[in-house]
Amino acid sequence: MSLDLKTVRRVASLARLHLEEGEDARLQAELNGILGWIEQLQAVDVSGVEPLSGGGGTAMPMREDVVTDGGRAEAVLGNAPDRAGAFFAVPKVVE
Amino acid sequence: MHPTDFTIRGALEALSEGIVSSEALTAAHLEAIAALNPRLNAFVTVTAERAMEAARASDARRANGIAGRLEGVPLAIKDLFCTEGVRTTAASRILGEFVPPYESTVTANLLRDGAVFLGKANLDEFAMGSSNATSAFGEVENPWKRGNDDGTRLVPGGSSGGSAAAVAARLAMGATATDTGGSIRQPAAFCGIAGMKPTYGRCSRFGVVAFASSLDTPGPVARTVEDCALLLESMAGHDPRDATSAKVAVPDFAAACARGVKGLRIGVPREYRLEGMPDEIEALWSQGLDWLRAEGAEIVDISLPHTKYALPTYYIVAPAEASSNLARYDGVRFGQRVDGADLKDLYERTRAAGFGAEVKRRIMIGTYVLSAGYYDAYYVRAQRVRALIKRDFDEAFRDVDAIVTPATPSAAFAAGEKQDDPVAMYLNDVFTVTANLAGIPGLAVPAGFDRQGLPLGLQVLGRDFDEETVFAVGTAIEHAAKLTALPQVRAFA
Amino acid sequence: MSFTIEGETGPWELVVGLEVHAQVTSRAKLFSGAATEFGAEPNSQVSFVDAGFPGMLPVINRECVAQAVRTGLGLNAQVNPWSRFDRKNYFYADLPQGYQISQFAHPIVGTGVIPVELSDGSVKEIGITRLHLEQDAGKSLHDQHPSKSYIDLNRSGVALMEIVSEPDMRSPEEAGAYLTKLRQILRYLGTCDGNMEEGSLRADVNVSVRKSGEEFRTRCEVKNVNSIRFVMQAVEAEARRQIEVWESGGTVEQETRLFDTVRGETRSMRSKEDAHDYRYFPDPDLPPLVIDPAWIEELRAGLPELPDARRARYVNEFGLSAYDASVLVAEKETAAFYEEVAAGRDPKVAANWVMGDFFAMLNRMGKGIEDSPVSAKHLGALLDLISDRTLSGKMAKEVLEAMGETGKPPGTIVEERGLRQVTDTGAIEAAVDAILAANPDKIAQYREKPTLFGWFVGQVMKAMKGQGNPALVNEVLKAKLDA
Repeated sequence: MSLDLKTVRRVASLARLHLEEGEDARLQAELNGILGWIEQLQAVDVSGVEPLSGGGGTAMPMREDVVTDGGRAEAVLGNAPDRAGAFFAVPKVVE
Repeated sequence: MHPTDFTIRGALEALSEGIVSSEALTAAHLEAIAALNPRLNAFVTVTAERAMEAARASDARRANGIAGRLEGVPLAIKDLFCTEGVRTTAASRILGEFVPPYESTVTANLLRDGAVFLGKANLDEFAMGSSNATSAFGEVENPWKRGNDDGTRLVPGGSSGGSAAAVAARLAMGATATDTGGSIRQPAAFCGIAGMKPTYGRCSRFGVVAFASSLDTPGPVARTVEDCALLLESMAGHDPRDATSAKVAVPDFAAACARGVKGLRIGVPREYRLEGMPDEIEALWSQGLDWLRAEGAEIVDISLPHTKYALPTYYIVAPAEASSNLARYDGVRFGQRVDGADLKDLYERTRAAGFGAEVKRRIMIGTYVLSAGYYDAYYVRAQRVRALIKRDFDEAFRDVDAIVTPATPSAAFAAGEKQDDPVAMYLNDVFTVTANLAGIPGLAVPAGFDRQGLPLGLQVLGRDFDEETVFAVGTAIEHAAKLTALPQVRAFA
Repeated sequence: MSFTIEGETGPWELVVGLEVHAQVTSRAKLFSGAATEFGAEPNSQVSFVDAGFPGMLPVINRECVAQAVRTGLGLNAQVNPWSRFDRKNYFYADLPQGYQISQFAHPIVGTGVIPVELSDGSVKEIGITRLHLEQDAGKSLHDQHPSKSYIDLNRSGVALMEIVSEPDMRSPEEAGAYLTKLRQILRYLGTCDGNMEEGSLRADVNVSVRKSGEEFRTRCEVKNVNSIRFVMQAVEAEARRQIEVWESGGTVEQETRLFDTVRGETRSMRSKEDAHDYRYFPDPDLPPLVIDPAWIEELRAGLPELPDARRARYVNEFGLSAYDASVLVAEKETAAFYEEVAAGRDPKVAANWVMGDFFAMLNRMGKGIEDSPVSAKHLGALLDLISDRTLSGKMAKEVLEAMGETGKPPGTIVEERGLRQVTDTGAIEAAVDAILAANPDKIAQYREKPTLFGWFVGQVMKAMKGQGNPALVNEVLKAKLDA
């Protein structure tokens, strides 16, 4: 599976990575190299095999419905690059 | 002998006998760091004042009859573990001056047991790499030099390069690290120390900056196998804040080290014998097996048929999970921000400026293999192959108790080598990646040296949650190897 | 008669499906221990997990799972003992992790069905496709600053149940009725408070149109409609828009739209460049959700009586009409109020009073059941005073007014104002005698015109200040007049 430049740019957009001039072509070459190498997985016979999801495999442990957290806005906001009082601030979004 | 030459076991004895204080131990290590870190760059952040305060507090506790399992022992903490009040970078610019308002469970456990933290160890950015070359805070130098010592700087391996180099150079007695594809075992082998990747779920991931959630495994590096066992005992334990944390008791790992290997069946997987493998590594492998045989173990040929697919499987699954885990680094709530014309622009510029090239590559691969139309062909297929890799191990472990392989396909290479082709770098993990995909424990133990005097390690793999057998086999190899050579660059050399 | 909209080329059918997001009633969030209360100070109910800080991990809240199971049972749906969480990946300021933990491939609840009562008395079964659990996002405020949006993460991580209906609705009315019924069931179950103004219940409306007999055409989604009335309006507005597109030779593009409540029309959401590629994959931080069948049965046994069963009980046991029963069970609180009033009394009388004068009084006062100045206990006591003839029905209405104004029990008001109905036959006879004696001419007129009887009744009642027992007054008058 080979990536064209258009796909590289689309993926970069999905991943929110700005690409500089020429970076798309460089990435294209690198990614195609990696993807070419990954292609060998197509040769494996995986019929009847369930995908391993990870996540521990065992059943999900559950918490009790008790409020144990929150009430620390300062700690939550303390590292924010742009903070407006009790809010995080970002460039205005128009919906 | 200098205080920095103690093993953790030795230091604990000396501390308890009053021969040395934590303050003295810690001061000695800080002195070593001041002298050597400018060159080795093993630490991103050194917390000298905190360390001395903690050491003094530890001595005070000890004077009052309170001594935790690791009371007063100075350690380095891989800068992937969030440490409350201490800057945590994941070796990336994107985290900026982030100071976590919380402590990771693993480091909290170590603090609970009285350990002293010297600082945050360098690593490959977001744990992605096998040479520590992708760190935004510069490369780390391997304290070992080639025999001819032409001044070539060698890599310590990665991603836990800083942790391994610090321990090898005696800037710390031990260190925390993480292993996602080999990031504990490979640098441990390159630096001539021991490194243990326990079973997935053995140590909590809470507070560890996530790279690939189903693969990330916190674990220790130290100069001896027993020291690793001591560290692991403190680090491990069920954590209700991590839903993937295993609900299993923590055994006495240190005691298991001395078990011996009599009657154990040791598997030798034929698929790990790679074409073009350096003869020294082949020889070391045979040597290791001879040692075990001499100690009463039975050596058994086994097959792990899907071995060759492990690396490409890993390079689909890990980047996929990473691409999602790293989406939170967006300049809004913490870390570095680059302003943009609108929100999308802010994200794109912040992330482009904050992430290094390898991280970007992996995010791109991960995003691609999860994207519409490719998910089944790549990600789902990779998880199926992963299931087959695990099945290979499950079947093998019906017949054998442990598996021994080389840890790495070469000794430490020179800085700057293997940089041009990402895939060449990925091949460093060929022996280690399988254990992450299967979740099983793996230990790197120093076993010998190559022609140029560089460390070579062997790897011991075991069943899920049977670190004890792994420690026992590793200790047997360590004892038989009787290695005495020390790295050229080390504290108070 | 099936609903259609008349276009230039003839009648068009509507195909409507609803995806409802219902905030789960629980103390803490779905995957973190922060609180879920509405209206708290910004970012004061946020854990580091909710804020997507490095190294943070989700752990599921058992009660949220229970609420989803209860809801599934209340929707007559299949509860899946094995389900899984997936990550839905996209970037937005109110989504701190850069992904939402949701369920894509294996939801906790599968197919179900709810019967929906329509205004013509018919009942239509609307299918439920699935119900799954997912995290809510935070809130963005776009009007606080000229060039910035402000983000509050209090809501980030609150548990949502996404309830997806089959595209079984065919008119704005059906959509409204479905949402009304769904909301009612959720409120009865106590799994969601259904407060649409506060946003605890939001609907995404999927609308398409077609000519009769056709397959489905392209649908559009109208997002985040926050009232039942707006849902019905949005259905109609969007249907009309699509009809116009088709009829002018165009093609309806699949897209996401918003309902402009002021203009009464839908508009396209901007910034939908790459049609979202959410890259769903199983969340590697979470093992599968396994629900013990025994626990499901325990939850089933603990379910409250649901609206349909309650309505049937009112009809069968209390003899109420289907309509009256429907009105009384519409809200759980109303039904509870009614049953307390009806306990040990004539249920039909209780129903008439609750639905009649009592509701009217509440309406006049602008109050609801929850802040009614008249308690069920007191209303019941009022009915007792009628049945023991202390009060006439007419007097009781006045007493009810006074109860509403003062909040006092009926007995107190009766005593304070001396309103006790007179049933003393002697007193009534005396009053009747007095009226008859004073109006001989009227008696003569009555012989010709029996309808004047009512005038006499009025006069007697007036003389008795309304406190004469009407039945007795009638009886005595009749006896004396016709003697």
